[in-house]
Amino acid sequence: MLGENFRKDFQKIMASSADAQSAVLALLHEIQKENGYVSEEDACELSELTKIPYSRIKAVMTFYTMYNLKKTGKYHIQLCRNLSCHMAGAPALKQAIEKNLGIKEGEITKDGLFSFCEVECLGSCGTAPVIMVNETYHENMDEAGLEKLIENLRGNFKK
Amino acid sequence: MKILLEKSAFDIETYLKNGGYEALKKALSMKREDIIEEVKKSNLRGRGGAGFPCGLKWSFIPKTEGPKYLVCNSDESEPGTFKDREIIHKNPHSLIEGMAIAAYAIGAQTGYIYIRGEFARETRIIEKSLAEARSKNFLGSGILGRNFSFDIKVVRGAGAYICGEETALLESIEGKKGQPRLKPPFPAVKGLYQCPTVINNVETLASVPYIVLHGGSAYASIGVGKSAGTKLFSVSGPVKKPGVYEIELGMPFKKFFEEELGGMREGEKLKAVIVGGSSVPVLTAQEAMAANLDYESLQQAGTMLGSGGMIIIPERQCMVEALFILARFYHHESCGQCTPCREGTGWIEKLMKKILEGKGASEDVDNILSISENMMGRTICPLADALAMPAISFIKKFEHEFNAHIKGNCNLCRK
Repeated sequence: MLGENFRKDFQKIMASSADAQSAVLALLHEIQKENGYVSEEDACELSELTKIPYSRIKAVMTFYTMYNLKKTGKYHIQLCRNLSCHMAGAPALKQAIEKNLGIKEGEITKDGLFSFCEVECLGSCGTAPVIMVNETYHENMDEAGLEKLIENLRGNFKK
Repeated sequence: MKILLEKSAFDIETYLKNGGYEALKKALSMKREDIIEEVKKSNLRGRGGAGFPCGLKWSFIPKTEGPKYLVCNSDESEPGTFKDREIIHKNPHSLIEGMAIAAYAIGAQTGYIYIRGEFARETRIIEKSLAEARSKNFLGSGILGRNFSFDIKVVRGAGAYICGEETALLESIEGKKGQPRLKPPFPAVKGLYQCPTVINNVETLASVPYIVLHGGSAYASIGVGKSAGTKLFSVSGPVKKPGVYEIELGMPFKKFFEEELGGMREGEKLKAVIVGGSSVPVLTAQEAMAANLDYESLQQAGTMLGSGGMIIIPERQCMVEALFILARFYHHESCGQCTPCREGTGWIEKLMKKILEGKGASEDVDNILSISENMMGRTICPLADALAMPAISFIKKFEHEFNAHIKGNCNLCRK
């Protein structure tokens, strides 16, 4: 079910778009902001709200990789796997993340706090390796920095 | 000589103190044709990668009535490229001023900044800067008391490299899958919402205020020959000082590498250089050291200036593994529309994986070369070429590393 917050933003986004179809990317971003991912049900509801055929919404949400199609953790960790990050130590970071969280790439922790996946170039190659947690970049990342970051995120949650 | 990053201005007050928006004031007192003429004279070329003359692109816009659009391509996603982000961080108003001038010159009423979805922080910077510009009437209706109205909307992408291709970007603004359009018609005739549209890169647009303020010939005198002006290079890899550099076009790579980048880090040795983003042919260290950083010299050296996304590859990096990483990227990012690209990038990725894992044979390498040849020039957009070109150059220039993998004795992957 799309929530109250979404419905408020919905009107705003529709009003500032040239037409309903042009609003789809922004609307999907909003859904994801609220729920962490875009579910089939939410996409169906969006289709009804916008009067855009479901197939066209599905086409968009499956084309663009930023839309998560399954549940993600409260903190969704994405590690760049492209060349500059690779040379700067991304493979070791991948191992460290998996070990620390006790999950494999593409999985979510049992408590729902973390999920982890690899992504293609994040456009931050000069400060490689880079990881992104939700919408925030963490650059020049190393294993010690990673430990600290995950610890902080766990701490935030407990508070 | 620096233009884009000479002075940082995080807010509009600083930008104004630095002489900001003077170019817009001047432009609004000029005839539209004269602005386009100055940009033509400047020899400014598209900084996103293709290097198409900017003034010429603007001149293709028909002088008919009806809506026209100006679109800024800020979908910076080519591996190795992070220069537009630097402009947004350090000088966001130079982009907005450049856009206002460009819009006036081509007669556009609405502008779009299409920014990659991951750049959440950069999106906030742009939104804040747009609000500042509106508050001073550099955007909005009746700009600076003139009969010219223009405003800019921000559209966030959602993680698709292909949307950096200009017609895929238009599809994405229209809320569709980012699949490139068949051309012609070109965007100047039928672009966004079927209306005449100019699409320029962030760096291109941010260079416009200088050209208007100082004249096209002043800009043309910077750089070398047809490669006019300054260019941003975003440098990654194990050099002493990675980062974004603005240099005059024509600087020898050797000088740039030694004086600006400080050479390689301790214990690292230079093996190869990808000069202009991951889609251009790779240069060996020796080739790079002999090349100058401008459009023509790099073409002569067998590569391209591209986006200026420079990846420095050290001796320790296996080139088979590096090409596998690039093949995986292009396969992942192929939009799936054209068979040679959709299948070709996939085949190359599979063959590279096989070779990387020591299960390859020399026919696999020949097959990659043959697939690459058959991908190039046979698709709607250049994404297929963007893998084929590095693939061919990696194999031809580092054949010994591919052979070592086939024989199962790559020293670099064994560590």
